[in-house]
Amino acid sequence: MALSSKEVLKVGTLSRIRLTPEEVEKFSSQLSAILDYVDKLRELDTAGVEPLAHALPIHNVLRPDEPRPGLAPEQALGGAPQSDGDFFRVPRILNEEAGA
Amino acid sequence: MAVTDLTACEIRKAIAERRLSAVEATEGCLRAIGRLDPKIKAFLSTDPDGGRRRAAEIDRRLAAGENVGLLAGIPVAVKDNMCTADGQPTTCASRILGGWRAPYDAHVVERLKAEGAVIVGKTNLDEFAMGSSTENSAYGATRNPWDLGRVPGGSSGGSAAAVAARLVPIALGSDTGGSIRQPAALCGVVGMKPTYGRVSRYGLVAFASSLDQIGPFGRTVADAALLLRATAGHDPRDSTSVREPVPDYLEGLEEPVRPLRIGVPREFFSAGIDPEVESVVREALAVYERLGAALVPITLPHSTDYSIATYYIVATSEASSNLARYDGVHYGYRSSDHTDMIDMYMRSRAQGFGDEVKRRIMLGTYALSSGYYDAYYKKALAVRRLIRRDFEQAFAKVDCIMGPTSPTPAFHVGERTADPLAMYLSDVYTVSANLAAIAGISIPCGFTAGGLPIGLQIITDVFTEGRLLRIARMYERETGWTKRAPPIVEDAA
Amino acid sequence: MSAAEPVPTIGLEVHMHLKTRTKMFCGCKVEYDVRPNSNVCPVCLGMPGVLPVMNGKALELAVRMALALGCTLPGLAKWDRKHYYYPDLPKNYQISEYDQPLGVKGCLDIETSQGPRRIGIIRVHLEEDAGKLMHAEGGGNYSVVDLNRTGTPLLEIVSEPDVHGAEEARVYAETLRQLAVYLGVGDCNMQLGQMRCEPNISLCIGADAQGKPRYTPISEIKNLNSFRSVERAVTFEIARHREEYEADPAGYTLEKQGKSTRGWRDDEGVSFLQRSKEEAHDYRYFPEPDLVPFVPDRQWVEEIRRTIPDLPEIRRRRLINDAGLSEYDAGVLTADRLIADYHEALAEYVRDAKMAANWMMQDVMQILNERKIAISEFPLTPQAFGDLVNLVASAVINRNTAREVVLPRMLATGKSAGEIVKEEGLAQTSDESAIEAIVDQVLATNAKIAEDYKGGKKAAFGRLMGESMKASSGKANPQVVKAILARKLGG
Ligand SMILES: [Mg+2]
Ligand SMILES: [Zn+2]
Repeated sequence: MALSSKEVLKVGTLSRIRLTPEEVEKFSSQLSAILDYVDKLRELDTAGVEPLAHALPIHNVLRPDEPRPGLAPEQALGGAPQSDGDFFRVPRILNEEAGA
Repeated sequence: MAVTDLTACEIRKAIAERRLSAVEATEGCLRAIGRLDPKIKAFLSTDPDGGRRRAAEIDRRLAAGENVGLLAGIPVAVKDNMCTADGQPTTCASRILGGWRAPYDAHVVERLKAEGAVIVGKTNLDEFAMGSSTENSAYGATRNPWDLGRVPGGSSGGSAAAVAARLVPIALGSDTGGSIRQPAALCGVVGMKPTYGRVSRYGLVAFASSLDQIGPFGRTVADAALLLRATAGHDPRDSTSVREPVPDYLEGLEEPVRPLRIGVPREFFSAGIDPEVESVVREALAVYERLGAALVPITLPHSTDYSIATYYIVATSEASSNLARYDGVHYGYRSSDHTDMIDMYMRSRAQGFGDEVKRRIMLGTYALSSGYYDAYYKKALAVRRLIRRDFEQAFAKVDCIMGPTSPTPAFHVGERTADPLAMYLSDVYTVSANLAAIAGISIPCGFTAGGLPIGLQIITDVFTEGRLLRIARMYERETGWTKRAPPIVEDAA
Repeated sequence: MSAAEPVPTIGLEVHMHLKTRTKMFCGCKVEYDVRPNSNVCPVCLGMPGVLPVMNGKALELAVRMALALGCTLPGLAKWDRKHYYYPDLPKNYQISEYDQPLGVKGCLDIETSQGPRRIGIIRVHLEEDAGKLMHAEGGGNYSVVDLNRTGTPLLEIVSEPDVHGAEEARVYAETLRQLAVYLGVGDCNMQLGQMRCEPNISLCIGADAQGKPRYTPISEIKNLNSFRSVERAVTFEIARHREEYEADPAGYTLEKQGKSTRGWRDDEGVSFLQRSKEEAHDYRYFPEPDLVPFVPDRQWVEEIRRTIPDLPEIRRRRLINDAGLSEYDAGVLTADRLIADYHEALAEYVRDAKMAANWMMQDVMQILNERKIAISEFPLTPQAFGDLVNLVASAVINRNTAREVVLPRMLATGKSAGEIVKEEGLAQTSDESAIEAIVDQVLATNAKIAEDYKGGKKAAFGRLMGESMKASSGKANPQVVKAILARKLGG
């Protein structure tokens, strides 16, 4: 399955990775080759085969609702590229662009 | 005999008998690193002061008669994708984590400290453990101690090379698709991937969460057993960590497994295998036969090609999600020029990640995106179950499965960097154990005519690490491969 | 034939914070109005290498709510990751339950001004909340992020599109809140952001040729944080949909325009477009590999079910239909779970729900109001208070004595009703000869009033009763007084 430049750009945006035109071209051919290889999987009949998402059959792992010490604000913000008082600082986002 | 020629078990014994101090062991390693690592580049960072301090403290505690632990005074290296809170950086060999200091220790690092080990440094890897050659490191490639023009394998190439070059006796690596076993094979050391869930992943920077597993490197099977014992066990901070008890892997290690039925899958000797690798591995199988084992031809119909295809969908999908957090907001690298929030994300990630990481993030994003999920991700999970069933059926008939760890010996630096797919095929024999969550080990089993090491891979069912180590030890005792050191070490001595 | 009147078709997504001490996947405290970024740890900051572990209490509360809503718990619930890049979401994915939620197929009965309605519940699932993003003060060209809220356990409840109007939407949300508070599942303080409502609004605009219903495009109003704004936003949207549809009946349809996301400006009373269908997110859900599935243990679920108190609506109906209470009294006595529990315990102790209700309404509620205290702070247990009620019921003291003398003494001294009656000699007498002597005395001194009564002034009887009770210092059994008076006056 070939991935067009347009699709690569779209995936780049979804992945939040800015791509140069040269990169778009390079990744388009490399990703297409990998997808071609992966298409082998279509040879296999997997009708009725339950997908295996979790490697081991473990269930119901729970934690007691007990507070544990975390980080002080100074530690939490210590590694931040930019902070403002007790806050992380980011480029302005308008309320209108809601997250979810 | 130099202290660096000693195995971890020998150091342990010498320290216990007061023939050697922890400080001497640490100094020996630091000297070897200073001498050889400029050529090998196994370490991303070392901690000489911290190491010396820690070693001295251990000597004090030993002198006071305290029980310091299983690894008392033994120098250890840790792959740089495991968090260390002592001020050493944790970079994952990525620009995006450049300068980041983890505020907490990984579970395995806590375990090492609790058992008295001296962490002397953190080893190089392919960026975020994505690669099979340790060339994808933002801080430069690691070289193979047996031939500096060749790669050490990857992604735990730094740990494998450090142990092979006798810079440290033991080291920790992580294995998502062969990242411990393949570099172990290419560097001529023992490397083990335990069962998924055996060792806590807490503090291991995630690549592909359902496949990642931490494991030991050593020059001998016993050293790998020792390090596994020190790090394995349940951790309530990792929901996928299992409650299975941890046996003493050293106890009974010398006992051969008898009778022993060895499954030899025809898929593991398929086209693409180097003829020298094939003949050396077949010779190793003959050694087991002489020891009384039965070789049973088996088939793992979904292994090799289907495994690689499945692996590259499952692993990249999980990676695209796990690596979404590196966005320049709360820690790590942020691009200085940007117009708005989205542009900030896109430039920071474009500048912070290397090509292989970008490729995998994009491949995984694509596989999970609307309209492609069923065709790629869901399909891969279904095939993953078929792969698991292959192994379940095999283990009903045999005690272990053997074959080559890697289809070729160490390749030249730069040889496969232009062709990602060719690089992916380096893991053709190792990825299926990760997909099936089972245990695997690579042990040295001979050399090419040119003097490059070759690894034998042994795979056993979940939570049978004890038996796996015993099977590996049977062979090691019969042969002398693990005693051989790379010429660079001999020259230096 | 003219088109039928469009019918508003509304489903609600409600998010509520669960009442846990710690976050969903880490041990950080859940607190409100504390120093920014002070309740955070490597896990909720999404640092490299961290792993989530599920809060057992959050699961228990979620199961409780799911059961109270009559949901079925499927054999397995699992976690998924929902991806979108936003600075208040440190991992850039939210851990949620996508295709296998905790609870499915329930319902909630509500009482609107148009009568009772049953709203179907599609699903109930757990997830983690995001942090808070704010604009920098002073007009700086940047935003700031506080991650204290990140990882707070959230329960999302998704209704069927069974709601047909703004009032219904509001009452549904109010009833859901009442239930959650009643069950101890959440405090649902909307000012604190502990409960948020997101109505999905569309109008049913008749049917196509095959008889399949047709709809206007769905608009989802995000993050409404008061009941009033729910009602206003839905009212506004219904009108907006009507106008848009009337202006373009062929184009303003669900098939053509799909779903959009809108915000609500409460001060202006208008909604505004946030995201159209074209800009819809690609969330790339997939199973969360760092968490294991939840397989409900039947016994554990049944234990939780047993601890669920009767729900307010069921209790209210029972008081009206079985105990004969007025709608008003039943409403007051069931609005607060602890008051309902107190009444129920009192009713059981005195074996009369209606009598218990009268005492609750006239005495207990009055004291709570006067002292501005909650029922949990009322000093008398239902049993201690019930002893007093029983003394009146068995005519040991009369109602007035109980109310004016004994109850205040009980509250002041902590002594039992029996003790006080005994100490103060308050027990009333039913001794007929003694009472007859008192009545004779009263009739003698009030001959004029007695004459009035015989002359037809019925009200005079009450005055004679009062005089007789006064003469006995309130201790005479009023029933006996009444009987003797009636006999003497020949009535
Ligand atoms: Mg939600
Ligand atoms: Zn936290």
